[in-house]
Amino acid sequence: MNILVCVKRVPLTGGKITLTEDEQAIQTRHLGFTVSPHEECAAEEAIRLIEQHGGESVVLTLGPPEAEEQLRDMMAIGIDRAIHLVSDGGEWDPQATAAAIVAAIEADGTAFDLLLFGNESADAGNYQVAVRVAQALRRPCVTGIKAITADGDSLRCEQEVAGGRDVYAVPTPAVVTVKEGINLPRYPSVPGRMRAKRKPLSASEPTRADARLEMVRLVLPPGSSKQAEVLGHGPEAAPRVVEILQEIGVV
Amino acid sequence: MATTSEPRQLPARQSIVIIGAGIVGNSVAYHLTRLGESAITLLDKGPLPNPGGSTGHASNFIFPVDHSKEMTALTKESMRQYKELDVYLECGGIEVARTEARMQELDRRMVSAKTWGIEPTSLLTPAEIREMVPFINEELLLGGFYTPGAGVVDSLRAATIMRERAVQAGMTVAANTEVLGLDVEHGRVTRVRTDRGDIEADRVVIACGCWSPRIARMAGARIPLSPAVHQMIDIGPVARFADARTLVDYPIVRDMDTNMYERQDGGGLEIGSYAHRPIMMDADEIPSIEESALSPTELPFTQQDFEVQMEQALELMPEIVGDESVGVRYAINGLLSVTHDGLPLLGETPEVAGLWSAAAIWIKEGPGAGKTVAELMVHGEAEIDVYESNIARAYPHQKTKTHIQARVGEGFNKMYGIVHPAEQWETDRRVKVSPYYERQQERQAVFYEAAGWERPQWYESNAPLLEEFGDRINRREAEWESRWWSPIINAEHLALRERAGYTDLTAFAIFDVTGPGALDAVQRVAMRQMDVPVGRVVYTPVLLPAGGFKADLTIMRMDQDVFRVVTGGAWGMSDLKWFRDHLPADGSAQIHDQTNAWTTLGMWGPRARDILSSVTSDDVSHEGFGFARWKEIEVGPLSVIASRISYVGDLGWELYVPIEQGARLWDIVAEAGLPHGAVPVGAGVYGTTGRLEKSYRAYGAELEGEYDVVEAGMAWGKVKEPDFIGKEAHVRQREQAPAATMCTLTVDDHTSASGVKRYMLGGEPILTAEGEPITDAKGRRSFVTSAGAGPSIGKHILMTYLPPEHAVVGAQLQVQYMGELYPVTVATNDSTPVFDPDNSRVRS
Repeated sequence: MNILVCVKRVPLTGGKITLTEDEQAIQTRHLGFTVSPHEECAAEEAIRLIEQHGGESVVLTLGPPEAEEQLRDMMAIGIDRAIHLVSDGGEWDPQATAAAIVAAIEADGTAFDLLLFGNESADAGNYQVAVRVAQALRRPCVTGIKAITADGDSLRCEQEVAGGRDVYAVPTPAVVTVKEGINLPRYPSVPGRMRAKRKPLSASEPTRADARLEMVRLVLPPGSSKQAEVLGHGPEAAPRVVEILQEIGVV
Repeated sequence: MATTSEPRQLPARQSIVIIGAGIVGNSVAYHLTRLGESAITLLDKGPLPNPGGSTGHASNFIFPVDHSKEMTALTKESMRQYKELDVYLECGGIEVARTEARMQELDRRMVSAKTWGIEPTSLLTPAEIREMVPFINEELLLGGFYTPGAGVVDSLRAATIMRERAVQAGMTVAANTEVLGLDVEHGRVTRVRTDRGDIEADRVVIACGCWSPRIARMAGARIPLSPAVHQMIDIGPVARFADARTLVDYPIVRDMDTNMYERQDGGGLEIGSYAHRPIMMDADEIPSIEESALSPTELPFTQQDFEVQMEQALELMPEIVGDESVGVRYAINGLLSVTHDGLPLLGETPEVAGLWSAAAIWIKEGPGAGKTVAELMVHGEAEIDVYESNIARAYPHQKTKTHIQARVGEGFNKMYGIVHPAEQWETDRRVKVSPYYERQQERQAVFYEAAGWERPQWYESNAPLLEEFGDRINRREAEWESRWWSPIINAEHLALRERAGYTDLTAFAIFDVTGPGALDAVQRVAMRQMDVPVGRVVYTPVLLPAGGFKADLTIMRMDQDVFRVVTGGAWGMSDLKWFRDHLPADGSAQIHDQTNAWTTLGMWGPRARDILSSVTSDDVSHEGFGFARWKEIEVGPLSVIASRISYVGDLGWELYVPIEQGARLWDIVAEAGLPHGAVPVGAGVYGTTGRLEKSYRAYGAELEGEYDVVEAGMAWGKVKEPDFIGKEAHVRQREQAPAATMCTLTVDDHTSASGVKRYMLGGEPILTAEGEPITDAKGRRSFVTSAGAGPSIGKHILMTYLPPEHAVVGAQLQVQYMGELYPVTVATNDSTPVFDPDNSRVRS
């Protein structure tokens, strides 16, 4: 079984997000980077499936040269090799991204039984790339999956819905997007980190399709940086609590 | 019990505002209330109990042994407090050696442990290390230095308890309160502006860790430190630690040769490093609490800087680090505060009165430093004399970003380094060069740094003197003692003693106290009588209130109302602040820093008078120009202030000229000296060999706050009538028998077990003939305060304080050096020097 996991380098933000002056990006001067949480689970799922069934796991990203860090992170927890589509760092729209991934899959030549994606990226959140890739490759696609079991040429995929789970039997090769909670991703071990440095990584510069989506600017949602105030501890806090309740007109 | 006293409104007026609620701020707060201070508010921009500074992510372990007396004292006191707060977990610690050079360094650690009384400690074999740390690969190791008393503290808990105690004593705490400005009026801090209102305050303490420079600048003051990254990871779960009885069941391991440490932390293993490239930041660049993914001082981990360290940790602890099921659960680039010389920044800032610094302090020094700063604020002196950490020590260039970053970058990787006591900095040199610099370069001077100046330690051009003096000059066989040293120093010494030598003293700090109140001002600070005729030079101790040494320096009476203070460069800025702080309140005296206006060339030796008289028509005879006098004389076209004193114990003068005329002075002296065989000599002679042969004490070595004038053997003459700082204590000390007295010792035999002759460098413990440490009635260990060659007497000289039963001329004792004992003899037990005991030379 061969699995390709697609991930995206995204900033690891704190409680307050600041934008660059041109409002085109998040200010990342002090931030670390990671992959989207759903994608971390996708990588973990790929590793578990390969551990059970054998085969090769590959991680792919479209991102700036620094995104190699995320590819090594994924290889540190057990992914076998990486494909880096090196971009200039700008945000690619879902169509351009999907087109580049499709081209890369074809160029790689591996017959992937499963293309795993996160349900959506942590930053742009377009929810489109996986579906577009599936469409282009003419493969079945299920999204928002919280459990995958491989059974011969078919995958049993469980999707969380209100009040229960929908279960799909998906023939391979297939495209699946997963959500956080499907598993608990492992931490990389030190030997894993060291092995990751030596695992194969192929880098190439993809062709960028003309963008059909244009980002005008980013806007921060209002009122996200409020802080909790400790009013006191134990009985001592009671008078202050009463005061506040009075102030806001509750009592 | 009250855990907070969060006010809805900040108090409008306080006696003291403390900014920063980490281990340091809380400790300062607690000790201030303990000392009776009130009307105190403690602020922090972050939440409590962890406001997001370095305390919150510290690895929290303490190894008590350090080569520095001051740092060891602060650490010892901190350990005492952590234990009293019941947050100290003693687990022991081992510094392991992978190299022979490190094994020698571990011998030095043993020496420092004994010198500072940190006991017990022992050296371990690799097998013994393995017994204590069963998951270590002992095959990589040659040995280890074991400190059973090392441990781990809960620094946030300690900070919380101290804060609670201060709150019980009435202190106000305001978390989530950001300081926006500090107001200064007439050079004194008056107000703290915050986002929750302003507080008027008499005194403000900056205990903001790596944010301190930013806060200080709001008042126009400098706290010269740089935030620097320390990388740390936590891996787990470790199967072996699953049943751990405590947070730390196994000794902490410091892998010294890789600049790393490994310690158990509950079910995990913490791995930290000082080996990566120095990563510095500006205090203004630190992200806000809201912007931070973890906390402002836990920056994103940069894996590429830790690759080698992972391999080194893996080879040292393969069982744990190599376990595939053990994951990297936490990894940060943690910010901590580092200074240009690696020491804390304690005390009142020299720029702004009432503005105090308690910064560049790590967990192991936190409570001790907090107590010390509180004592300095309340009493003007502290139980632990922290003169080396005095924030006032820094010269202006040492407070610049360029300098700080250069030195922090250079010092960072020496955190666990093998640092020779005479080791020189390499970065940001040649900031201050004397007017003699080019001439010294021509003479192939080897430059050391002195108070930021380039100062020759010796001159390679004097190498021919080695042949001249032949067997009288020792060669040092062992690499350690020959490092940062040259036999040429001893040759220069003999040339000075037999003919003459001239030496660059530009690094002196010089300041004039002037005005109608000048006499009163210097009388108040100086211990000796300053009401002397114009033309006199007085060498005087400067005392702390309790009678210990604050400084020793010379003061020239230049005029009725003008006194020129000349002091060593190392503590020049601290001394300047001390004088300035004690000027009369009525403004009747002023102080003027002349350090960069004057240069000094010292010339001494039996031919000094012949040389000087050949270039001046002024009377320089003994009758016409007595000892401890200064005169203005003409030397060629130069008007020179000649001061007849000596720190090398020979006839001669300090020659002062305006700095731009220095080069001419050098040329005149060099030319006139040539026919007399005079040579330029370096600070190796001036500071060590010449001084030690004369048993002259040096501030920072023999003289410091922990010892008094009687103990130093300098209580000659009567106590002057006018009041001076420390007088009451000094009078009392004169009436008591000293607990120890300063003695000069000589080494009887230098031969080590391997047959190599070894030479002590200072800092070693003095032991009885039976090999026992010597402790005086005040609990102070006897150790070598200064060590160096005495070429004229053909012996190696050691200075040390000894209690009365050992301070006996002829007493046979021992000194421990590099794991071996060497016999020594007490040569003198007062100020009598071992060379020219009658001081006839200096008065000839």
